[in-house]
Amino acid sequence: MMPPEEPGHDRWQDDADPVQDRWHDEHSGPMVRPYVMTSGRIEPTRGKFDLITLVVSVGAEPDGAVGLGPEHVAIARLCQSVMSVAELTGHLNLPIATVRVLLGDLLDQGFISMQEPEPEADMHDIRLYKAVIDGLRAL
Amino acid sequence: MVSGPSSLPTRARRLPTAVKIVIAGGFGVGKTTMVGTVSETKPLRTEEILTDESVGVDDISGVEKKKTTTVAMDFGRITMRDEYVLYLFGTPGQERFWFMWDEVALGALGAIVLADTRRLSDCFPSVDYFERRGTPFIVAVNCFQGARQYDLAEIQLALNLGPAVPVMLCDARSLDSCKQVLIDLVLHAMKTRGLAPNQEEPQNA
Ligand SMILES: Nc1nc2c(ncn2[C@@H]2O[C@H](COP(=O)(O)OP(=O)(O)OP(=O)(O)O)[C@@H](O)[C@H]2O)c(=O)[nH]1
Ligand SMILES: [Mg+2]
Repeated sequence: MMPPEEPGHDRWQDDADPVQDRWHDEHSGPMVRPYVMTSGRIEPTRGKFDLITLVVSVGAEPDGAVGLGPEHVAIARLCQSVMSVAELTGHLNLPIATVRVLLGDLLDQGFISMQEPEPEADMHDIRLYKAVIDGLRAL
Repeated sequence: MVSGPSSLPTRARRLPTAVKIVIAGGFGVGKTTMVGTVSETKPLRTEEILTDESVGVDDISGVEKKKTTTVAMDFGRITMRDEYVLYLFGTPGQERFWFMWDEVALGALGAIVLADTRRLSDCFPSVDYFERRGTPFIVAVNCFQGARQYDLAEIQLALNLGPAVPVMLCDARSLDSCKQVLIDLVLHAMKTRGLAPNQEEPQNA
C-alpha cells in the first residue's frame, strides 16, 4: 500500500520550529546560552522529568512572572498541547538538562502540570499492552 | 499506573501516560529509518551535552581528550487509544554513551535490537546490554541488499541468544514490517512479565 521508499513523509505537517533558531545567534554558541538561561543550575529544583514525562500548561502564560525568561515562556507555549520532555528538547533544540531545569521552575510556580511514566516495576497493567497493540495495529 | 490527579488542584485535564520502546543496534543498521517509518510526527532529535565527568574516565581513555561531546537520539511518537502515548527512541550509535542508554532504557516497555547479517557482531553490545538489564527485547534482522540470506535459527545461534528471545526478519523502511516487529515485541514483553496476551482485563480496573 505504501511505497517502500520515503515512507509517508507527507504525513508530517511542516511544523518548522518557530522558537528553535533563536538559540543559535552568532554571538553565542548553543553551549553558552543554556548555561545562562538556567543561571548555571544543572538540576531542576522540583521534579525528575524523565524523557517521556508528559507536560501540559495550566493557567496563565508565565509572561513577566518573577524570575522566568523567554525560554520559560516558549516551553509554556509548546505545552499548550501535551508534550513529552524529549519533544520539548527537540523543538527547542536545547540540551535535556537545560529543559529539565526550566521545567522545574515552571512546575515550582504552578504553570505546568505533569504525568510521570509508569515505573518499570509497575509494567504489569495488561491494559497498557493491549492499548499499545491496538494502537500499532491501527497504524 | 495511571493514578488519578494527585496534588494538583489546577490540573485542567487528565494527562495520558507515556510508554517507550527502544530501538538499538550497530552503526547504520536502520534505527533512524525505523523511527521515521512508524512515527506520526516528524521525528525529533534530542541532544545531551556530555562532559568528561558524565562519560566516565575509563570509557573515554581510548578516545582523544575532549571536554564535551554531544550525543543525540532520534525519537518519534504514536498516539494510542486509552490515553497512552508511545515513544520510540533510537539509541545513540556509540555504545560508550552508556549513561544515555540507561536513561532511555529505564522504564522501557521493551527493546528492538536491529541486526545486519553482514555485520552481525555489531549488535552484540546491544544484546548484552538488554540481557544484563533484564529489558525484554527481540532481534529484528534487516534485509539489506546483497546480504546473504541466513536462516533465523542460524542467527539465533550466532548471537548466542536463548530460545526465548524471538528473532525475526524486517525491513525498517516498510510500515507493515515495522508494525509486525513492534507488535511481536509487545507480545514478547507481556510474556516476559508474566502476562497472557488473551487474558481478560481485570474487572476492578
Ligand atoms: N535494504 C534496506 N535498507 C535499509 C533498511 N533500513 C535502513 N536502510 C538503509 O540503511 C541506511 C542507514 O539507515 P539509518 O536508519 O540511518 O541507520 P541508523 O541505525 O540510524 O544509523 P546510525 O544512527 O548512523 O547508527 C539508510 O540509507 C537506509 O535507507 C532496511 O531494512 N533494508
Ligand atoms: Mg541514526
